[in-house]
Amino acid sequence: MMQMTGAELILRLLERQGIETVCGIPGGAILPFYDALGQSDTIHHVLARHEQGGGFMAQGMARVSGKPEVCLASSGPGATNLVTAIADAKLDSIPMVAITGQVPLPMIGTDAFQEVDTYGMTIPLTKHNFLVRDANDLLEVIPEAFRIAMSGRPGPVLVDVPKDVQCQMVSFEDYPPVAVPNALPEVDLLAIEKAAEMINAAERPVLYLGGGVIHSGASHLAVTLAEQGGLPTTMTLMALGTMPIDHPLSIGMLGMHGARYTNYVLEEADLLICVGARFDDRAIGKAAEFCPRAKIIHVDIDPAELHKIKTAHIGIAGDVTQVVEALLPLVQVKLREPWLAQVADLKERFPLAKPDLDNPRSHYGLVQAVADALDDEAVIATDVGQHQMWVAQAYPFRRPRQWLTSGGLGTMGFGLPTAIGAALAAPERTVVCFTGDGSLKMNIQEMATLAEEELNVKIVLMNNNSLGLVYQQQSMFYGKRPVASKYKRAVNFLKIAEGFGLDAVDLDTAENPAATLAEALQRPGPCLIHCSIDREEFVYPMVPPGAANTEMIG
Amino acid sequence: MSMVIEREAAAVTKVVLELEVANHAGVMSHICGLFARRAFNVEGILCMPLPDATRSRIWLLVFDDERLEQMVKQVEKLEDVISVVRHGAEHAVFERLEAFFR
Repeated sequence: MMQMTGAELILRLLERQGIETVCGIPGGAILPFYDALGQSDTIHHVLARHEQGGGFMAQGMARVSGKPEVCLASSGPGATNLVTAIADAKLDSIPMVAITGQVPLPMIGTDAFQEVDTYGMTIPLTKHNFLVRDANDLLEVIPEAFRIAMSGRPGPVLVDVPKDVQCQMVSFEDYPPVAVPNALPEVDLLAIEKAAEMINAAERPVLYLGGGVIHSGASHLAVTLAEQGGLPTTMTLMALGTMPIDHPLSIGMLGMHGARYTNYVLEEADLLICVGARFDDRAIGKAAEFCPRAKIIHVDIDPAELHKIKTAHIGIAGDVTQVVEALLPLVQVKLREPWLAQVADLKERFPLAKPDLDNPRSHYGLVQAVADALDDEAVIATDVGQHQMWVAQAYPFRRPRQWLTSGGLGTMGFGLPTAIGAALAAPERTVVCFTGDGSLKMNIQEMATLAEEELNVKIVLMNNNSLGLVYQQQSMFYGKRPVASKYKRAVNFLKIAEGFGLDAVDLDTAENPAATLAEALQRPGPCLIHCSIDREEFVYPMVPPGAANTEMIG
Repeated sequence: MSMVIEREAAAVTKVVLELEVANHAGVMSHICGLFARRAFNVEGILCMPLPDATRSRIWLLVFDDERLEQMVKQVEKLEDVISVVRHGAEHAVFERLEAFFR
């Protein structure tokens, strides 16, 4: 018979689950758990400077490891601060378990100090959530939280634990089994056969890969499918890296900021094979006009995604790995010379323009210079905005989980704490956080965490002293009337970095910016790399919001 | 005016959904939230625990519009929802209750 407090029980269950690092901030209602955490030999706690930062650190770990990771917050403002990171994980299907403290059970519903309805508040943001009313329930709830987070389509799970439940003594015989993901759904072989027939019969097929391919660990299989069937392959923002960008069949990223030729190829397609993607509006533009000539095969582990935006001719609810494995023996080897020649012709006529690529102080040039100084082992995180799109367009991604970005929620402030999380999960890798001056300020306090943990994170700041993508939209679609998008004063980010204890270099004043950049990237430890970017540089091409993908500007 | 016509037209295609769910506080919030978020009108709700008390049954009376299939899929995704069965509007459960709403 074992006896311990609820707090200690949570800790032991996390240890048994293989959790080695947790991120968060303590506060009154979660102090019993932190007291237990202090006695753990195996779990390293990373003290964030804002709960949202802690949430994104857990996301960074999960995006690199593929396993559910844990963040912690206290009740009330701790939990409300965490909400954005949870919502972000939901929209990008990232496995995460958030544990929050709550006011003691008898005080719930009394507007107690630091009380919010964390459970109610997080219902629409989580894959599932729990309010634990008895410490005995933890034996079931904690493994369940992990099982749910990693099963099927991954996602965030929140466990709200009142302070008195953390202090309650529990007696039990044995620990519950360590959580494992649910068994995968059975593959519908009849649908697979039909899909293979359609692929074999198609004349102008396109393979459309999404983040689900990465979650399923199926990147190499997806590339094999493309090679076997002679399928030009486009990737969503979330899927960058599944097929190396320089693969002959890669046609790059589709959508709002995809290359012209990519969207034109999709316009010509007679079959679209969508694997682990969800027809997001930023990827497909006006849904009714997307791939107007194509039949659709849609593979997704979440049955609710099938026929949600576009009705598929064949919808297959299944794990990408299993479905592609079943498809491969049935897909004929095809060279598809006329179609690939047509694709090559479109690529030549409508390539992605990357002006000034040789200048490391230009936006594309800086992305290129960073890539030139690193190998494919580096992890590339971004914030949200113009810099994110420039990196997505121009960085040569060649492996899954190399690229960490906030796709669905588009959260400014994502980059720095996520990069910290990535470095915690993969300390042997160099982690780059491309960011903008608007985004960086949204979680800039995590520079303190970065300095404290001495992680190998390089912040590459593209500074145009504005909310660049807002300024761009106002310039393009709101009669060139910038409102609240240009900062009136400039911030000295070098001094700020220095104040937090980070190394900092300025490419603006460097005599040889490429060399300064490469040196900074190769020097171990955290560093801010600052570069001013012209505010009038926009992200092109651009599909106006709500327009069809063929109506690109630029 | 158009609203009235729509509702009248839709009235002939009502659907009764029978949900079996885990019986604990919060399940109703999860389910109602899904419908409310999408402004999917729920005409009637009934919920009672089943004899074994670990489960409840929820009856929903909804309009059969083109989003219903997606709606049902979203409900089925909920962790606490064990099963969803569709019935026609002729199902007796709400009809018998009508006496209490006159």
